[in-house]
Amino acid sequence: MSEDPVRSGKFGDYGGQYVPEVLMPAVEELADAYERYVLENEDGFVDEFRRHLREFGGRPTPLSHAANLSERYGTEVYLKREDLLHGGAHKLNNALGQVLLAKYMGKERVVAETGAGQHGTATAMACAYLDMPCEIYMGRTDVNRQRPNVFRMRIHDAEVNPVDAGSGTLKEAINETMRDWATNVEDTHYVVGSVVGPHPFPAMVRDFQSVISEELREQSREQLGQLPEAVIACAGGGSNTMGAFSAFIGSAELFGAPTGAHEPAPDVDLLAVEAGGAELGVDADEGYAPNSASLTTGSEGVLHGARTKLLQTDEGQIVESHSVSAGLDYAGVGPELAHLVDEGRVTPVSVGDDAALEAFHCLSREEGIIPALESSHAIAYLEEYEGEGPVVVNVSGRGDKDLDTVIEESAERDLDVAPSMEVFEQ
Amino acid sequence: MTRDDGADAGRDDASRSDLADAFADGDALVSYVAAGDPSAAATKEYAEALVAGGTDVLELGLPFSEPVAEGPTIQRALQRALDAGMTPDAYLDLVRDLDVDVPVVCMTYYNLILRYGSSEGRDASEPGPEAFVEAAADAGVSGFVVPDLPVNESERMAAACREHGVDLVFIVAPTTTDERLERMLDRTTGFVYVQGRVGTTGARDDVSAAAHGSLDRLAEANVPKAVGFGISAGEHAREVVAGGADGVIVGSAYVDEIADGVENDEPTADVAARLESLARELKTGAERGASADGEGGTTADHDSPEPQRK
Repeated sequence: MSEDPVRSGKFGDYGGQYVPEVLMPAVEELADAYERYVLENEDGFVDEFRRHLREFGGRPTPLSHAANLSERYGTEVYLKREDLLHGGAHKLNNALGQVLLAKYMGKERVVAETGAGQHGTATAMACAYLDMPCEIYMGRTDVNRQRPNVFRMRIHDAEVNPVDAGSGTLKEAINETMRDWATNVEDTHYVVGSVVGPHPFPAMVRDFQSVISEELREQSREQLGQLPEAVIACAGGGSNTMGAFSAFIGSAELFGAPTGAHEPAPDVDLLAVEAGGAELGVDADEGYAPNSASLTTGSEGVLHGARTKLLQTDEGQIVESHSVSAGLDYAGVGPELAHLVDEGRVTPVSVGDDAALEAFHCLSREEGIIPALESSHAIAYLEEYEGEGPVVVNVSGRGDKDLDTVIEESAERDLDVAPSMEVFEQ
Repeated sequence: MTRDDGADAGRDDASRSDLADAFADGDALVSYVAAGDPSAAATKEYAEALVAGGTDVLELGLPFSEPVAEGPTIQRALQRALDAGMTPDAYLDLVRDLDVDVPVVCMTYYNLILRYGSSEGRDASEPGPEAFVEAAADAGVSGFVVPDLPVNESERMAAACREHGVDLVFIVAPTTTDERLERMLDRTTGFVYVQGRVGTTGARDDVSAAAHGSLDRLAEANVPKAVGFGISAGEHAREVVAGGADGVIVGSAYVDEIADGVENDEPTADVAARLESLARELKTGAERGASADGEGGTTADHDSPEPQRK
């Protein structure tokens, strides 16, 4: 990297701050708060953050040996269990960090977008815990396909605002949250849910999530006696991906980490598994991509505050993306991840809807763990993984929220591996 | 905010742009519509009506799928335009085809500008603003407003605009810091777009105090100042111009009329007539504000009835 991304927010050509002027002062204020509190631990911010991760979040999450999968694939498979983090997904790491930061900055209200509802739920939990009012924007389609998370947000007393524009998924939810922020910028913080958006969000969200790879590295040393050969994580916007990778890249070093926990480890392969959806490619005439694989098939552009890889038409209109997993269903990706792919440090691969569904059932029946459909993409990649291992798969979240979708989609496909639900029939 | 007069000399003489000229009388009306809403042919008719009504600068929105700076009115207009097939090339055709004698400003988002050169049939090896700026200048575009391109990311775009003699207009928000304002004034040409309030675009019932605050901060700046966001009636225009602006920017109020026309399936000519009359009301308001200049901004005109909107 030619410039210090901590200050410039640039990852090669990617990143930057492409937001309306009305938001620029807030973005600059946030960049300043990020440097002081997160990078320099001013007023003990990071100590307090780590304490909340332990006491409220339940960190560290375990690294579990998956004996049955190991046997099935002939390679030692370990699972980083972010599904066991409070709330059931890695999203809490970032939500706790940002809501706490909003308090340190004296903000009175937070807003957030959510796709699958995991980030919205994590933000709602963190806001209840830290006593901060919050409003969540969620696309109408996602509201309908992720009902349990809508219930959870409401139960934590968050306002949930459905967004009807476009296809009613994450992209539209982000647009609407940016508009709310632009209107209420003086007292409001926008808790961006992934490593996307204008600087400092990509770097800051990565740092809050880097606790995943920091633990994973320590646990590998203790339990495996070595670093893993590869780390596999699913990539939508890329927050669990960067969280699982960053300690091996050395791109983050959160205050208070064990010595050497963030030393670059170039021998560890980093595999970002994108949602291949129904098929790869972009149908420009229809303005639609039947996948969410922006690293694999996207092109460079500017969306939601950053220059990155996008699913777009030839002339630059952003297309509707698709994945069976709402949390991966996004036409962009974090700028640092796009840069790491260009540099060859991260390898992008993709897994389609069908394979993800099969992996969902496989992990559920082989290991007694119901993974989120997002995480199921990472697990599915084991089918194609050719290394010798040991390999770590980041189970970014649990799949309780996806049961309705999985039952329905499995039945539609007549999946052999799916259990029969005839128990409901007369 | 003092500025070095010497540095501005070049801007005031013969090299002054079409846009700056349009503000010379201090009561300019900048009228925005979304190109292609609901068709390119209708936009041409609307644009000509707006100019007949007294519009001094025509701002044509090139629709982008993710218009984060817009409120619901213009979001829907841009969607109608996209649904009707508006593209960057069709936009440039429309600009070439316009029969008006006022400068045209292109308002769009940066991704469309960035992608143009590397899209099909063109051969830029990497994304960049140069190809679109050149094509737009050839088609007759005099300036750009790009809401998601803040001054700190604008270097390459500004250079392309300089090269092709096109103005790059920056938006000054109520939240803009003094330091940012300084940087913007260094790079802005044509006019500064004073965002009258925080939030997104949309017609409002009053003119915000933030607009007056921004005008006060810009009082010394040697570049025309136009206030937008929320202006929908002649009285707003009068108040803003009397408060020190050199012009007003109106968008959503026109787009509301166009949306009504679409909804009620009205003939284009009927909608165009309403746009012309609204433009005339706004222009008259701006002229009254300019002639009241020096007699104070928000005068006791509040007793007089609101100008009627159709």
